[in-house]
Amino acid sequence: MKSCLVVDDSRVVRKVARRIMEDLGFSCDEAEDGQVAYEKCQVSMPDSILLDWNMPVMSGIEFLEKLRMLDNGDSPRVVFCTTENDIQHIQRALEAGANEYIMKPFDSDIIETKFRQIGLL
Amino acid sequence: MKIADFDLYKDLLYERSGLDITPDKSYLLDSRLTPIAKKWGYHSLEAMSVSLRALPDPELVKEIVDAMTTNETSFYRDIRPFENFENVVLPYIIENAQRGKTLRIWCAACSTGQEPYSLAMILKEKQAELGGRRIEIVATDISDRVLNTARQGIYSQFEVQRGLPVTKLVRFFKQVEDKWQINDEIKAMVNYRNFNLLESMASLGKFDVVLCRNVLIYFDTKTKAKVLEGISNQMEQDGFLFLGGAETVLGVTDTFSSIKDVRGLYAKTGQHGTVAKTTMVGTGAGAGF
Repeated sequence: MKSCLVVDDSRVVRKVARRIMEDLGFSCDEAEDGQVAYEKCQVSMPDSILLDWNMPVMSGIEFLEKLRMLDNGDSPRVVFCTTENDIQHIQRALEAGANEYIMKPFDSDIIETKFRQIGLL
Repeated sequence: MKIADFDLYKDLLYERSGLDITPDKSYLLDSRLTPIAKKWGYHSLEAMSVSLRALPDPELVKEIVDAMTTNETSFYRDIRPFENFENVVLPYIIENAQRGKTLRIWCAACSTGQEPYSLAMILKEKQAELGGRRIEIVATDISDRVLNTARQGIYSQFEVQRGLPVTKLVRFFKQVEDKWQINDEIKAMVNYRNFNLLESMASLGKFDVVLCRNVLIYFDTKTKAKVLEGISNQMEQDGFLFLGGAETVLGVTDTFSSIKDVRGLYAKTGQHGTVAKTTMVGTGAGAGF
C-alpha cells in the first residue's frame, strides 16, 4: 500500500483529502504545517505528499525546498493543493521540485487524475 | 410525453444527427428540450411538436439537435489513446513520412476542443522528431455552440485540472483572470468546422489519423456502419482510427480491424498486421510494426 502525507493547516481539508486518498488505496498520515511534515519525513519518508502552500510555522514551499535537500528527499511525489492559483506560484512550485499542482477547490476526480499522472495509481 | 410526440423528436434527431433515442431515454428529451421550448415561447414539448410538424424553423431544429448531443470531454481523456498516439502511431508516421506531405488528423465530434488541443500539444513536443513536417488537425462537431468554445480555447480552472498535466498547463496556456487560454501557437494547429457525420465526408480530404471516440455509441448499427464507411473513404490506406473504449467495429463492418494489443486502435483490414476478426482464428497475426 502506498503512503501519503496530507499537509494542511485546515483540519477540515485534511479530513476530506485523507478520506479521498484512503478511498484511492493510500495509507495516510497528517501534518498541520511544514515543520511537522518535515519532522515526520525525517523519521519516515512517505511515497507521496499532498501539500498546502500557506501554513503557519513553515509554508509548503519552504517545506518542499528543505525536503528535496534531505537524503532520499527526492523520492516522494509531491502534489501541491492550494488556493495559490496563479501561474507564478505554479512555476515556483515546479522549480522547487513539485510533481503536480492542484488548484483549490478540488474534488476526488481531480486528485485521482493527478495521482494517476504521477504514476501512483 | 405522447408516443406520437416522442416519435417526432426521435425521427428528427435520427435524420439530422444519427442520434438513436430509445424510449428509456425519453426523460432526456424532457430535461434537455423543455428549456428550449420555453425559450421559443411554447408552454410544453407537445406545443413545440405541433409547430415542428407544421413548419420546422431550422434554427429551432439546430438547437434541439445541439441540446441532445453529449459533449462530455476533457484533456487527454482516458489517457491511453493519447499514449498510443504518441508511442504507436507517431513512430510509424515519423518512420514512413513522405517528403512534403502534410500530416492530417481528424477529430470527429471534437466538442469543446480538449481532444484536438491534447493532440496538438503532443505534436508540438514531438516537433523535432517530425522534422518540420506540416501538420493539420481538422476538428469537427455538429454543434456551433461547442465549436465557439473550442475556437476561443478558454477553459475553467476545473477543466484544466481534468487530465492536463501541470507542466503542459504552464507551457501551453496563459492565465486570463480566473480562466486559462490555450496559446496561439497550439490554436493555429487546429482547424475547426461544423460538420454532420451523416453528410458526405469527401470535402474533408484524406487523413492519416482519425479520432472518432465515444460517438458511435449513440448511433444504431446501420448509422455506425455508414459513418465508419465514410471515415474509411477519407483515410489513407495505412491510416489509423481511434474509437472509444466502449466501441467496436465487430458486427458493424469488416472495413476496419483492431490492431493487436492496442485497445481502441484500428486500421483498415489487412494494414498494420490486422486481419478481419471473422478470418482471424488460428492465424496468429500480429501488429507487425
